[in-house]
This record gives sequence, C-alpha cells and structure tokens, in this order.
Amino acid sequence: MDRLLVLEDGSVWNGKAFGSDNFKVGELVFNTAMTGYQEILTDSSYCGQIVMMTYPLIGNYGINRDDWENLVPSVFGLVVKDLCEDYSNWRANSSLNDFCKQENIAGIYDVDTRAITRRIRDKGVMRCMMCNADANIDEVLETIRNTPEMHDQVQQVSAPRIYSVPNRGLKVVVMDFGSKLSIIRDLSALNLDIVVVPWNTDVNTIMSFCPDGVVLTDGPGDPTDIPEAVETVRQLIGQVPMFGICLGHQLISLACGAKTYKLKFGHRGSNHPVVHLSDGHVEITSQNHGYAVDVDSLANTDLVMTHKALNDGSCEGVAHKTHPVFGLQFQPTSNDGTGSFVEFVRVMSEEKENKKNA
Amino acid sequence: MPRRDDIKKILVIGSGPIVIGQAAEFDYAGTQACQSLREEGYEVILINSNPATIMTDSVVADQVYIEPITLDFAKRVIYKERPDAILGSLGGQTGLNLVVELAEDGILEEYGVEILGTDLHAIQKAEDRELFRSLMNEINEPVPQSDIVHTVDQAVEYCRQLGYPVVVRPAYTLGGTGGGFADNEEELRKVCDAGLKISPVHQCLIEQSIAGYKEIEYEVMRDSNDNSIVICSMENVDPVGVHTGDSIVVAPVQTLTDRENSMLSSAALKIIRALGICGGCNVQLALDPKSFKYFVIEVNPRVSRSSALASKATGYPIARISAKLAVGLTLDEILNPVTKTSYACFEPTIDYVVAKFPRFPFDKFPNADRHLGTQMKATGEIMSIGRTFEEAFLKGVRSLEMKVDHLFLQDLEDKSREELFEMIRTNSDLRIFAIAKVMREGTTVEEIHKACKIDPFFLMHLTRIFRLEKEMAEHPMDPETLRTLKKNGFSDSMIAKAWNTSAKAIYELRHANNIIPVYKMVDTCAGEFQSATPYFYSTYEQENESVPSNNRKIVVLGSGPIRIGQGVEFDYATVHCVETLRHAGYEAIIVNNNPETVSTDFTISDKLYFEPLTTEDVMEVIDLEKPEGVIVQFGGQTAINLAASLADHGVKILGTSLESIDLAEDRHEFEAMLHKLDIPQPKGETALTVEEALDIAGRIGYPVLVRPSYVLGGRAMQIVHNDDELRIYMANAVKEISHDAPILVDKYIVGKELEIDAIADGKHVYIPGVMEHIERAGVHSGDSISVYPTQTISQEVKNTIIDYATRIGEGFGFIGLYNIQFIVDANDQVYVLEVNPRSSRTVPFLSKITGVPMSHIATMAVLGHSLEEQGVTPGYRPEDQDRVFVKAPVFSFAKLRSVDTVLGPEMKSTGEALGSDINLEKALYKALVAAGIKVPAHGNILFTIADRDKQEALELANRAANIGYGLYATPGTAKFLREHGLFVHDAAKIEENSNVPTVVDIIRAGKVNYVVNTMSSTSRKNEDDGFIIRRVASENNIFCMTALDTANALMKVLESISFSMISMNELGK
Repeated sequence: MDRLLVLEDGSVWNGKAFGSDNFKVGELVFNTAMTGYQEILTDSSYCGQIVMMTYPLIGNYGINRDDWENLVPSVFGLVVKDLCEDYSNWRANSSLNDFCKQENIAGIYDVDTRAITRRIRDKGVMRCMMCNADANIDEVLETIRNTPEMHDQVQQVSAPRIYSVPNRGLKVVVMDFGSKLSIIRDLSALNLDIVVVPWNTDVNTIMSFCPDGVVLTDGPGDPTDIPEAVETVRQLIGQVPMFGICLGHQLISLACGAKTYKLKFGHRGSNHPVVHLSDGHVEITSQNHGYAVDVDSLANTDLVMTHKALNDGSCEGVAHKTHPVFGLQFQPTSNDGTGSFVEFVRVMSEEKENKKNA
Repeated sequence: MPRRDDIKKILVIGSGPIVIGQAAEFDYAGTQACQSLREEGYEVILINSNPATIMTDSVVADQVYIEPITLDFAKRVIYKERPDAILGSLGGQTGLNLVVELAEDGILEEYGVEILGTDLHAIQKAEDRELFRSLMNEINEPVPQSDIVHTVDQAVEYCRQLGYPVVVRPAYTLGGTGGGFADNEEELRKVCDAGLKISPVHQCLIEQSIAGYKEIEYEVMRDSNDNSIVICSMENVDPVGVHTGDSIVVAPVQTLTDRENSMLSSAALKIIRALGICGGCNVQLALDPKSFKYFVIEVNPRVSRSSALASKATGYPIARISAKLAVGLTLDEILNPVTKTSYACFEPTIDYVVAKFPRFPFDKFPNADRHLGTQMKATGEIMSIGRTFEEAFLKGVRSLEMKVDHLFLQDLEDKSREELFEMIRTNSDLRIFAIAKVMREGTTVEEIHKACKIDPFFLMHLTRIFRLEKEMAEHPMDPETLRTLKKNGFSDSMIAKAWNTSAKAIYELRHANNIIPVYKMVDTCAGEFQSATPYFYSTYEQENESVPSNNRKIVVLGSGPIRIGQGVEFDYATVHCVETLRHAGYEAIIVNNNPETVSTDFTISDKLYFEPLTTEDVMEVIDLEKPEGVIVQFGGQTAINLAASLADHGVKILGTSLESIDLAEDRHEFEAMLHKLDIPQPKGETALTVEEALDIAGRIGYPVLVRPSYVLGGRAMQIVHNDDELRIYMANAVKEISHDAPILVDKYIVGKELEIDAIADGKHVYIPGVMEHIERAGVHSGDSISVYPTQTISQEVKNTIIDYATRIGEGFGFIGLYNIQFIVDANDQVYVLEVNPRSSRTVPFLSKITGVPMSHIATMAVLGHSLEEQGVTPGYRPEDQDRVFVKAPVFSFAKLRSVDTVLGPEMKSTGEALGSDINLEKALYKALVAAGIKVPAHGNILFTIADRDKQEALELANRAANIGYGLYATPGTAKFLREHGLFVHDAAKIEENSNVPTVVDIIRAGKVNYVVNTMSSTSRKNEDDGFIIRRVASENNIFCMTALDTANALMKVLESISFSMISMNELGK
C-alpha cells in the first residue's frame, strides 16, 4: 500500500506503508548507524521524533526479546529505504513490520532516504508527518504547521514512580529522564544497588536514599524544558558524586550556568569521534542528541570541557572544577574495565572513603 | 603526533607477480602508500618485480627497483640505498615475509633500518600459529582448538583425540595455499603432507573445523596513540569453510544484531591493540549462527585484498592512511580525504549495500577441481553497489563477465536436481546459479540452507528475485513492473529475453517512461557531511547527485575483473590514459567494477562510476554525462567487446574506429586486409561444423591450431595433430560456435614467436620495440618468456616485422595502440598470427623498459594529436643494447588442483615478473628467481621426454651433466640418455613395483630441483603419467618445464652461474 511522507518544507515523498497508521507529527531525524534499529526504535530519547535510518536495509535480523532500550517505544515513526520482512537471526521472534504494528508505530519504506538525509543536512531538522496516498497534502501541511512544538517528552517517558534494582554494592540513585535499559544494565553489572527515581523527584527524596552517587540519564528533547530538574541537579552538586549522560550532561551544564543550543541536525549514529582532552585519545562513540552545550558559555562556570567532538568541535563532556561531578554527551562504552561507569564507581568509592576518614 | 623526522628514506616492498591470493589489490595499496609517503616528504625506494603495475612506474617512487623480491636482491638494494626504514605491510604476504627474512638475516640491525607499520613481533604473533594462539589466550579471545604439527603422523595422532572434521592450514603461505579440510585420516594424510611441503617452515596447523559458522570480517586501523577504529564490517555469504577470497561477500554485515556486531568489532579492536600495529589490519571471525559463541579465525597484520575491498566499499583509503600512520601521524591529525571536512579518525558508515563476487579461472581450466574450500582459487573480483540487496547482487552477477546477465546459467539447465544439490553441498563455484535453479523450481529456503549453510537471509532475498521474475512474466512491457524490476537490479537484456524483445527496446521503454537510474555518491558518511568525492554508483531512486559539468569530457572503460588473459596490465593502461586525458584538459570519467585496482581509486579520474561493464550500464553513464566519446582500447577485450553495441546507440568510439576493430577481429575482413597488404599469415579458414573443420584440416595439413574467434587470452585454443583430436575438440567447442563466433582452423607453423606493440595516429606508426619469445610458437604468448631486445633473429627478419607492423598500422587505419603477434619459420619467413586493435599485456613491460610512455602517446593520438605533433618520430625506436630485459610468466598451479600445467596455446599464467641485467643469462636468472623459481648452482634434473623430443633433450642433458647437475630420468628417457654416454639415476614409472623409487617419489622427496617433461601423444598412459608428474611437481614447488625452449633458457642460466670442466687435451679440438 502506498503512503506519503510530508515534510514541513512542503516536499512530499512517495513510499509504501508498513507498521500502523498512527500518523503523528514529529521531528524528522536521521541516524547513520548500520545496525541497532531495535535499540533505536525503543530508545526514549526519540520520543516525539520520526527516525529515518540512513542504512537502506532495515529489519534484517528481526526483533528479539532482549535488545530493548525501553519496553514501551515512544518514537513517532520510522522511515526506511528497504524494509526487510524476511528476517534472519537466531534470537529474532518477530519482524520489524509486525513489531511496528503491535506497538502502533507508523512506518514508510521505499523512499529515497539519502535524498531526505541530504535535505535535512542542508536545511536542518524539520517536522514531518506520514499520510495515506490519497490525503490532501495541504491539510497535512496545515496539521504539521499547526501542531505545537512538544515540550513534555521527558514527562512522557520518565519512570512514573520510584523503583529499585537491588544489588549489594554502592548505592546509586538514577534520575530517569527516559533512560535506556542498557544504562541500568551496565550499572547493574557493576554490582551497584540502584534506585530509579522519576525526573521530578526532589533533592530530599533523593538524598533520603543515602546514595553514594547520582546518575542523570539520557532522555528526549530540550533540557530547558525541565527547569525543575536543573534546579534539583544544582542542589545536588556538592552533596553527592554525579554522572550525567546525554540529557543528564546538559542538565549539569545548565545547573552550573552554561547554556545549551539546538544543533542543525544533531548527532545520531555510532561513529562519532570524540577527543579526550586530557590525553588526546580519540574514542569512537554512539550518540543521539539534538541539543548541545555551548562551548563558549562554559567560560564563566565551574565546569571545564573534558571532551570535544573531533568533527565539529562541539562539547562532548564536562567536569566540575571542585566537585566529583561530570557529564558526557555520548553513550558511555560498556564495561571493558575502562569505561566511564567504572570510572564513576572509582570516584564514588573514593568519595565514600574520604567521608569515612573525614 | 606529527610525522617522524628522524627518518628520511623509506624502503617499500611490493608484492611481486600476481598470483592467486595476491593480486592487483597490492598495486592499489602500494601505489597509494608510496604517494602518501612522498606527500609527507619522505624519499621512497621501491622494490617490486612486477612490471605490469602502476606501482613500478618510475614516477611512483624516488627510486624504483624492478628486481626479485628475495633476501639476496633486497639486501643489494639496502647496501646501495641505505634506507632508514622499511615498510613491508603494504606488500602483502610477500612483503611481510621479506621483512622477516631481512630481520632474521641481521642486515636491518646492521644498517640501522627500522621496521615501520607492523613490527617484527607483531608479524610473528599474527603469522606464527603458536604465538598467535598464545596471544589470543592472553587477551581472552577464543580460537578454535588446534595444534601445530611438523609431521603427518603427529597430525594423525592429534586428530585421534580431537576428532574430525578438521582443517589443515600451512604456516606462512599466501591465501591459505595448500590448506584444506579433512573428514578422515586418509584425507588428513594427503592434505597435511602437501601442506607441510608448501610451508616454508614445514609447519601446519590442525584445527577443529567450524565449517558452517558465519564468517565475518573487520578492517580495523590503529595509530601510535592507540586510537583504533573499524573501517568496515563484511559478511561472507558463504559460511566458514570457503576462503573469503572465494566467497561472495557483502558489506556491511547484514544478519548481525548490534549486540553481535559490537561484540565482534570489539574483539577486532582488541586484537589490533594487542598486536600494536600502526596501520591497517584484517580480522576474520567465525560466529555461531545459533549463539554468541565466536572464534577468531585469522588476522592479517597488513593491508590485504579485504582492505582494498573495504576501501572501495566505504571510500576510506586504508593504504594511504596506513602509510601515514606508519610514519607516526595519528588518525585525528589526518583529514578524511573523502569529505575533507571531517577527520580520518572516524568509522565510515555507508548507506548502500556492497556485494563482492570472486572471478574464477575455470573457464580456462574446465577440468580443474571447482570445489571451493580453504584454498583460494579466484583470480580476481568485482564489486557492485546498490540501494537494495537485490540490486547490488544482480549488478554483481552481470559484472562477472561470465556471459550471464542474471542469476541464470544456461549450462545448468539440463542438470538434475541431484547434480545441482551436489554442487550446492560441495561448494561448487557455480553453486549460486545452482541454488537459483532449484529455488525457481520450488525448493525451499530451509532445504537449501541445510545443504549449504548459507544464511536464510541471503536465500530469502534471492527468493524475492524469483518472485519478481514471476511478476515480470505476468506483466510484459508494463512500465510499473519494469520500474520495480530495475529497482531490484534486473538487467535490460534479461528483461528483454523474458519479454521477447531486444535490450535496446527495453532501454527505450525505460527512457520513454522516465525509468532511468540516478547516481549516488560514495562519501564514507551516509550523507551526514558535505563531500565532493567524485565516486558514484547507479540506483533507481529519486535524487541524482552526479551533476554533469560543462567540461569537455571523455569516458574511459576499464577492464573489469582480473582473470587469466586480462590482468592488471590493462588497468595500468587505463590509468595512464586517464592521466593523459586530464593533463590534456579533458574531464576523464572511468567506468569500472574491479575493487582491487588503481583505476578505481577515486583520485585517479575526475569521476569514477563503479558500474558493471555492460552496454546498459555504460549507456546510462553516457546519457547523463554526454561525453565527446568513449575510449575502449585500454580496457582489454571487455571494453573492445562493448564498442559495437555502444556505437549502435550512437556513441562515438574514439581512436581506432569500430570498422578498424572489425578489420582486425573479423576473420574474413582480417584475411582480406592482410591479403591486400600482401602480408602472409598461416593458412586457415573458419568452420561452423565438425565436417567443415575436418575438411579444412585435410586441405591445409596437420598440425592445425583451432580456436573460437573473438578470443580472450587464447581461450579454448588447441594444437591438434589428427582427425580424432579435431573431432574431440569440435565436440567440446561446439556449444560456443555460432555464426557470430565460428571456429578458426589454422595451419600450425613451428617457429619463433615475436610480438610488437605499436602506436598509430591514423597515418604514421611508431614501434617502441620488438619482443622475442623464448618458447617457440604453440605456447601462448602470455605464458612465454619474453625478451627485449631480440636475441636470435636477423636484422632482415626484424626489418620485415617492422615493415609488416607499419603497413598493418597504416593499412588498418589504427589510431592508438595495437599489438601484433608474429611467427618466423625455419626459413626466416615471417607470418602474422594475430592483430589486437588495443592495448596489450606487454604494454607496461615495454613502456617501462624503453621509457616510452606508450599509453600516453596513444591517448594523445586518440585525441587527434599526430605522432609528429607529439615530437615522436614514426618508425622503429632504436634498441638499447646495454641491457637485456626478460619477462617471465608466473603461474598459480599449486592452488588449482587438477589443472594440467603443460603449456600450450591456452594461456595459464596469472602474472609476470621482470628481470633485467647486462646480458641475457643474468636477466633470465633474475626473471626466473623473481618468478619464484629457485636457481641453485648445483642440483638434479629429472627428464621424462616424449620420443620425438629425445634428441633435442639429449643436448640439454649433456649440458646439465657438464656443469655437474645430476640426472634422473624415467625408463625410456634414461635408456636413451645412457646410450649416449650419460650417467643417469633411475626414476621408475608411476605404477612400477620396483625397488627403485618412482618418479613421483623422487619429486616428493625433493631429490630433484627441476623436471623437464614433454607431452607424448603416443599413448594415453604416458599422457596420464605426464599429468601426474606435472601436478606432483607443482604441488611440491618444483619447477616443471614442458617446453624444451624453457629448459634451454634455464640451462643457459645454470651454465652462467656454474663451472664447466674441460681437459687441456680437449682444448685444441
């Protein structure tokens, strides 16, 4: 069945339908990773967005029971070049198409995704909407233009109530702004005793768990949409070691007085080189963010830039000058013994030791 | 870290002659590396024995030594040049092995030469099985259970514990030479014995077989700051068990989840870090299709065939960057040469599917063992790019030039289901076509997967193709169906067959309905960054990114995959043509599909279209670009064969016209033309039937040379001596016969063969040189040892050759390059054997040794600049007499089981080596050594000679004996030699149960250094024995000569390096 993709700039792309017909207005973003569509589709950071994969064959290995970043996808749609219904992988138990139908995600395939990617690259991200082939384009465009910008994505995807992932190690409070399950998994693998709290949990509640550290997760949207969280973070600085990831990193920066801005088309993919400014080492990272911390705005704050993007020089990491607080704009690599989580555990242990001796 | 300035002069080692497992990819890598180092200001010294390459052009390095890549000669270069450092990791296995030899010799330490890139320890850790295993254990990377053995008995003992199946891998060999699977003890003994012999360190690895696992490869790079990146992931369509060089490979990986992909790429990065390589590295892994279990199969600590493929697949120039890393630069300091807006320190991401297909030499060797295993057999490969799997796959199939334009092979149509399944199960090279046939007939994906373990993902995508075939059948001439078919890679010619019309009609239908391809850019970043890479592929989508310029432009057609008869020489000529065009102010556009070569490096041309070389695919490029014309004469027979159909579409063929091409290629026109020019040729006629052939042979007399017209490298050419042989030949050849391509029956003349390459401007002719072949007529020119200047012909004969060549060039109206083969009989009568209206195999050789830039002059002529205008004086270039140049063929027989190594009119060599020195003997010595033949001053020769050659062989035996070489001979030959007073050791016939060791035992035991064997047509038994002797010799790395002329040349060399005894009494006589 034919389906159309209408962009805010008025361009219309003919393709074929898959998934559901739950057409929503969303921000169209592209991701350049060649594998990982299941993780991307279920990543809450994409809440409110319609994701386009630049790699043309999507669905190859189906959908499996394990590789979720969130059990409830919040993505608004999926755009691919070639939908693969004939999947093959030992863990797969459903096709991408069936998954999208089941999760009520609208999809379109057989469109020139490279052309659209180039358009976004040149013009910046824009909103879009899918529609049936016989839809009135003007009406669709009208709908797109009249739909207000979203500002409540974090509210939609954050954990609704406090829960714990118990372990016997150091105690960590995870402020959930739309966390990936892999963050919980990685923390858990380090034997951390985790308490996950909703995005708007206040300082007293957080500190009541006597945490050894606080992790601020990634999440969707503009960090300035959640000033309450910025305030909470500001109050936490100095009380407890803190590690912010993606949105969490931006919240730390805002809390310290830095500014954030919207990137033209974001960083979304698994091949982004980041320079560790301490030793010049370059790490290839997975990223997914549309906003970034303004490098210049760090000047009059208590933060120093610790990481920068090799390609565009944007800020990829900060650390507090006096407190054990740091943030990274990219996904920390998993635990090969040297990753950022391991580093955070080291910092927490050190602080705990200091307190004991104090 | 900035580049190192403590080193100034770097010795780069090339990979030598092209053999199976080490081909044009190292010309590409080596050329890039040399350029890259010179860019950084280093003085580059190159040693490489291969004259056919761009790499050995004198402009590529500061000093180019075309010398044998052996310890001895490399040391001489080091003495002379005193380099500060040596870089071997860009010269394939040959380069690495030489670095190890030089290090072990002590000369590197003595002269303070530092090893760059991959250091000695890294080489040893990656290449030595035992060291590799312990390294993998150290870093916790799993390797299959295995053990090193030095004897067959050890192997058998080990497998009693381990169980079967096992795989045998000889240490330190190219492309897995000599390895193989063994399912039982008997097979193990056979494979292991051969493996031990071929391994320079007499060592094999016996390994638990993981056949059926997914084979996944990663190309990774690391710099001195330990920054490590993955350039490309590749998935072999064929599971573990088929050498990756013989597998259909796709990039990126298709059936791995992110978790599996991350797991394996992390392993690859861990390995390159553990080895401490500065540069590129290839890691091959096997992944259980049913779990996360994986094994590391192999690590190549250097650039490789896969890295060339990865470079072309992603646009990321691995070799160029590797060279810079070797001299201390780090990835984050180097700009990505593709985007020029991002850095080399990132992982390319692609937004298309790449497919690589191997090209096999079995059209030349129909009797070869066509089962694919751990021993690589492909001579070359093609790459195709598409936006769907189907598109990439079908473009790949039609790029192969196997006379197929779809997943359909006529030859298999009469095969039974059992036969087809046998091909699928045993990994026949044609299995993909067999799979296509049985799937079309309704066989399920599960059944096929069970038989061959190819992942269902790939099989299901093939099913999509077959479903579309049905749709195609149901909707003839329907534009929407046509659009769908084109999106899925179907060719016009294939659709035309189904719709019972012509390819041209489909082409017109498409254009009428605006179903035309767009061109997308290969930019390393999936469109995320602005790029200006002039590197494109076609697809049927919406947006076209290739914007034609208003410049004057010319399209140059490349030569496609490397195969026997059409090798890297044609890429050399193509590259030079393009350089000249650019220099002359034209925009030069290349269409080619070979990922291994220099011509498909996007920096070579103004625009590169990576496309199949078919009329349809080339026409679309021409329609878009609207060039002034197309040059076909540098791309071998591939490009020449497209001339007629392109002209039919109204395209202008630049240079030699289509009419002139036909004069040379059409038998009748050719004959008439030579007759008109009064130039003799061997008598001959064309036949369409067996009767006609017999009749012709009767008239002109045996022996006759028979071959199909429009040949490539002497395909299916044979000398036949009687009616029976002719009948057999015709019976086999008959399926190729048609009115367009009849069989040629020529008088076979015994005599010397000579060859010229010349350039004509339409009026005048320039002949840079005449080359003389060591082997008499009957051995394909590509398999002959070729000498310049000529050594044995009279000036008078030479004048005749020059005269004929001039008259042909002028008379045929050639514009550009052409090549003529001559034969001179015992009475000094000169005949013309064939005229090729194009660049030839010898053009790079002749260009390099004479210093005449032949492709350049020819291209200028094609552009309308006369020789005179170019300052080239027509006529024969005066010969240099102070140096002799010898080109020796190089064969890959050890890798192709069951192929007869006897030389004949059918070309069999895969590469060539050059030797040059102040006289013929020295030059020959070098050429032979460079070709991999050991030439010791003392040793033994085995003679097994047909009756008609015995007298001639006697003289050779006498000379061998004279310089102290021991003689072995089979009974008949031994008797004959003894009768003439020679001391001969017995070599019993193969089946004889005597106390004397058989000829095969003697060869296997390494008792003889050479075998001279001539074919006897008197008895079947002798023929069969001869075949076994030749095979055993080649599998044991013993040089086996089947032409007495070759033996004579060898004898000259041996005489020049040995001493002869003569009594003073004999002196006066």
